[in-house]
Amino acid sequence: MSWFKTCNITLMNVGLFIPCYVDQFYPSAAIASLELLEKFGVDVTYPMDQTCCGQPMANSGYEQYGKDAGELFMKNFGDFEYIVAPSGSCTLHVKEHLLSHDGTGPKIYELCEFLTDVLKVEELHVSFPHRVGFHSSCHGLRGLHLAKPSEIVGVDFNKPVSLLEKVSGLELVTLDRKDECCGFGGTFAVFEEGISVQMGKDRLADHLSKGVEVITAADMSCLMHMEGLLKREKSPVKIMHIAEILNGNSIHS
Amino acid sequence: MAVYKTHAAAADEFLKDEERTHWHDDTLWHVRTKRDTAAQKLPEWEVLRENASQIKEYVLSHLDELLVQFEKNATANGIEVLWAKNAQEHNEHVYRIFQENKVKNLVKSKSILTEECGLNHFLEEKGYDVVDTDLGERIIQFNDQVPSHIVMPAIHLKKKEIGDIFHKHLGTDAGADDPQYLTEAARIHLREKFIQANAAITGVNFGIAETGGFVVCTNEGNADMGTHLADVHIACMGIEKLIPRAADLGVYLRLLARSATGQSITNYTSHFHRPSAGKKMYLILVDNGRTEQLGREDFRNSLKCIRCGACMNTCPIYRRSSGFSYGSTVPGPIGSILSPGIDLKKHSTLPFASTLCGSCSDVCPVKINIHEQLYKWRQVITKEGDAQPAKKWSMKLAGKVLGSPAWYNFMGKSARTALKITPASLIYTKLNAWGKKRDLPEVPKESFKEWYKKNRK
Repeated sequence: MSWFKTCNITLMNVGLFIPCYVDQFYPSAAIASLELLEKFGVDVTYPMDQTCCGQPMANSGYEQYGKDAGELFMKNFGDFEYIVAPSGSCTLHVKEHLLSHDGTGPKIYELCEFLTDVLKVEELHVSFPHRVGFHSSCHGLRGLHLAKPSEIVGVDFNKPVSLLEKVSGLELVTLDRKDECCGFGGTFAVFEEGISVQMGKDRLADHLSKGVEVITAADMSCLMHMEGLLKREKSPVKIMHIAEILNGNSIHS
Repeated sequence: MAVYKTHAAAADEFLKDEERTHWHDDTLWHVRTKRDTAAQKLPEWEVLRENASQIKEYVLSHLDELLVQFEKNATANGIEVLWAKNAQEHNEHVYRIFQENKVKNLVKSKSILTEECGLNHFLEEKGYDVVDTDLGERIIQFNDQVPSHIVMPAIHLKKKEIGDIFHKHLGTDAGADDPQYLTEAARIHLREKFIQANAAITGVNFGIAETGGFVVCTNEGNADMGTHLADVHIACMGIEKLIPRAADLGVYLRLLARSATGQSITNYTSHFHRPSAGKKMYLILVDNGRTEQLGREDFRNSLKCIRCGACMNTCPIYRRSSGFSYGSTVPGPIGSILSPGIDLKKHSTLPFASTLCGSCSDVCPVKINIHEQLYKWRQVITKEGDAQPAKKWSMKLAGKVLGSPAWYNFMGKSARTALKITPASLIYTKLNAWGKKRDLPEVPKESFKEWYKKNRK
């Protein structure tokens, strides 16, 4: 895979954080994340004792029940220089609630921003000849600033989309509402089930009306919610984590 | 103990009519896009927001001095300034002024503060006919409702429904819903009320400490019509509505209308300094829980709010559940961080009526960190007695499992196995809220951790 190395330096000391539900239900997104980092010469370690960052409990109002998971996270990742995770939402939680804010200790990056900002990836050498809808997950968008939110006045940028644009054959559709929430929201999806489902259906309608074959995002949680709705409707549209597309995977059968 | 409807239950009621839900969502999204267009035209938008936020920061940390300065200057101008600790005191001030001035007929322009204080109900019990003169407010008054939105109080009603209400109350033609025709009917009706009024009640958008004057913004000119014709003007103002200097006003006026409706400025921006000769002007400064909110470090900057309603228009939950689902005077995201401070039990589900998407914070013209405060209220609410024990125990259990690698690995595998071997009819039960309209993810043959052990270790 050395022909894939666009940078000559080998980054040491990168810990791969795979969020709990990705580990359990979407291993292919995790494998793609690992392979992608390896292709760029990153020396990745996956600490075997990792579980979760504690976000589900904290966002539900129970920070105290997320404490053990948070402490375990720091035990697993505290000594790394970089932590990389294929999830904007978990990355944001770790950044805001677990890591120090004084510049010491590890720095956490969501996978796409690690590729654009640290590895400064210029070429991907993969193709994905399909019509794709990109879902802008909120925590990555507004919390990590992976793109300029539509509410903010300023220069437009979008880190995940800039990577998708490097995939040959990929046809990105333009949505009517480019960064509206899908309605997942962690336990919101269960405790506000009605609104959550309505938001998901509306988001999907935007994508489907553009004739997408695949919906992708930098957060598997939003995709899991939308996939649940698609499958119930027996829709042929597939969901894929952005890492899978950037890694050159083909559409899941 | 009173039982309050949860936001989710109220939202489910609204969602039953999917067509109306889409209509409501589209209507408010349209307002949001008008706001975007207006904001994009000002390259200095983000600087304005920052300035507005910092000026209010100053106001909140010098509120004691500024209020005294404001009272002194307003009094010197000839305005009678009154203080109200709570809603009751506010309403009694209004009633006393009415009695002293022998007020029989009154008109009122839009004031969310008077909604908060329940003034209409209070005055009606005293035998007054309260006439709201803002068109939207008059419509919902006819319909025996409260505002569902702070800027567009009747936004939940369709044109045809308004035609029916006007037919019933103003005698317009049955089935007529031409906006021009209906507005004309409202105008004739309201002008009669304006002419008869002895007193006009208005809200206050901005009080200026330096001058003792205040500013009222409307689109219909109804505040002006009322105050110019009546002999008594009562302005009701929350104590957080202060700004230090007249020079600061421009920052807020540029932000307010653009954020609210996408207009560059409200049609009427009226500056009041003193009563006209022979007339009286009163200003009631209302606390009603504001100093308590000021004392809550995590939530104090919610008092920066200038009531533009942009957070409602952008909120994907508000748009799909309508203002009534919140059960509070101020609905939507800002209401969900203000209301728990007023009655924590009653409003305990509001901070959870959000995905924490953060659009409210990014759209807010005074940069209130609304979604972060929603997160913080959640922590407060679960500590002070959560009404949902199922959630508490599931979270406690999840915390235990996710806090231990052994439990996590064991439970993960067990759950995946269970999902694989259990018949769908047992998985998709009434108890499974996720599965009502969504499938669960397909169970993979192994977890990533299991794959990693085989392939990389």
